[in-house]
Amino acid sequence: MGKQTPLYQQHLDANGKIVDFGGWDMPIHYGSQLQEHNVVREDAGMFDVSHMTIVDITGPEALAYLQKILANDVSKLGFTGKALYTGMLNEEGGVIDDLIVYKMDGWYRTVVNCGTREKDLAWMNKQIAAFDATLTERPELAMVAVQGPNAIEKVKQVRPQDADVIGELKVFQGLPVNEWFYARTGYTGEDGLEIIVPEAEVVEFWQALVAAGVAPTGLGARDTLRLEAGMNLYGNDMDDSISPLEAGMGWTIAWEPAERDFIGRKALEAQKAAGIPTKLVGIVLETRGVMRSHQKVVVEGIGEGEVTSGTFSPTLQHSIAMARVPYDTGSECNIEMRGKLIPARIVKMPFVRNGKKVFE
Amino acid sequence: MSNIPAELKYVESHEWLRKEEDGTITVGITDFAQAALGDVVFIELPEVGAEVEADEDIAVVESVKAASDVYAPIAGTIVAVNEELVDAPEKANEDPYGDAWFFRMEPTDPNVLDTLMSAEEYAAKCD
Repeated sequence: MGKQTPLYQQHLDANGKIVDFGGWDMPIHYGSQLQEHNVVREDAGMFDVSHMTIVDITGPEALAYLQKILANDVSKLGFTGKALYTGMLNEEGGVIDDLIVYKMDGWYRTVVNCGTREKDLAWMNKQIAAFDATLTERPELAMVAVQGPNAIEKVKQVRPQDADVIGELKVFQGLPVNEWFYARTGYTGEDGLEIIVPEAEVVEFWQALVAAGVAPTGLGARDTLRLEAGMNLYGNDMDDSISPLEAGMGWTIAWEPAERDFIGRKALEAQKAAGIPTKLVGIVLETRGVMRSHQKVVVEGIGEGEVTSGTFSPTLQHSIAMARVPYDTGSECNIEMRGKLIPARIVKMPFVRNGKKVFE
Repeated sequence: MSNIPAELKYVESHEWLRKEEDGTITVGITDFAQAALGDVVFIELPEVGAEVEADEDIAVVESVKAASDVYAPIAGTIVAVNEELVDAPEKANEDPYGDAWFFRMEPTDPNVLDTLMSAEEYAAKCD
């Protein structure tokens, strides 16, 4: 038996099929992954993401510390509540983790992946020694993501006392209300909120959302939704040995100001100068079959790559994937599936945004 | 708990078999199998007329989770396939013992069903 979130009993009561996820007992689906996916695209679904790791950074040098350990520049966060997506890199330029940073009132909140919690905390603790700043993990906080075109309205209905604050949030902003924290962020390509809740209050909140018609949604749909949205999954699409330049995360590297010496910068500059060897691309297979991670990608005349994440897209009704391929790959490739080479098309991601196909 | 109809026969690769009045045998995947696969999104069926050996992989089920082979549970000839299932693969989840039959076979050995697992024996394998 693994670790359980405060919502574990709710998952069992809703017939959640429980699997091990990074040491946590989490629901993969509650009956049908496809239906849960579609509910998020068309209405509102919710995910228990309490297994994710919340780390607060306080102290006079909190900003300087984050500017050292993150590839994106936290000083871009102009006001309280603004959020930033970034990689945390090692000296070789590999991605230790990807995370979101929120600027709070004189301090910062980060949300990092659960599967990388131990190495992240070890790294963050090691680096903070040189700064007058403090790291505090917040395991007593639960987290629920409510996502879909009707998600925000339904949360307002359940939390009328916080409706004004929720209404003020623009995309990629978050704001606290006492011990609660509402962020207009997510991992689905739909509008919605990620809400940090004290664990003692989360069961009541979850039940109220169920009563308001928000569907419990499992990790299976979370994966197909994020892949349709073209969002990376740590461990699949990038890891410690892959630089953000090879993981479709070039936009998260703040090169200016040039004097900001973040960890990994020198390695990234060297990689750029030498030539970036691979890139992460989106692939669509409009015929039958489902691309899966680790399948070989063959690019005629250029070389080989590998599918990093593949699935059946419930919205598009065919398979989509991300793959790491040689940098000079054009718009065509072949996927080795069950012993055969199947032609597929390389497209610009995302595949789906706000319920609609977006690639050409 | 899985639904395991008492009147059917079963093999270890989680297919069910039913003898029809004309002596042919209808084959599908069990409720246990569909639940383990998750939502089914593509199905490939064998060719009508194919002569197959027992345990030969002759069909494919792709679910949101994985691609899985479906094996010929017995030796014989494929005499019919369920084309409607190809267009509506979700039936494999919704009605595994009814609308979602996969194919029908003319068995090489007409008494072959006697050698296969009963519902009770199969239920013990699914625990």
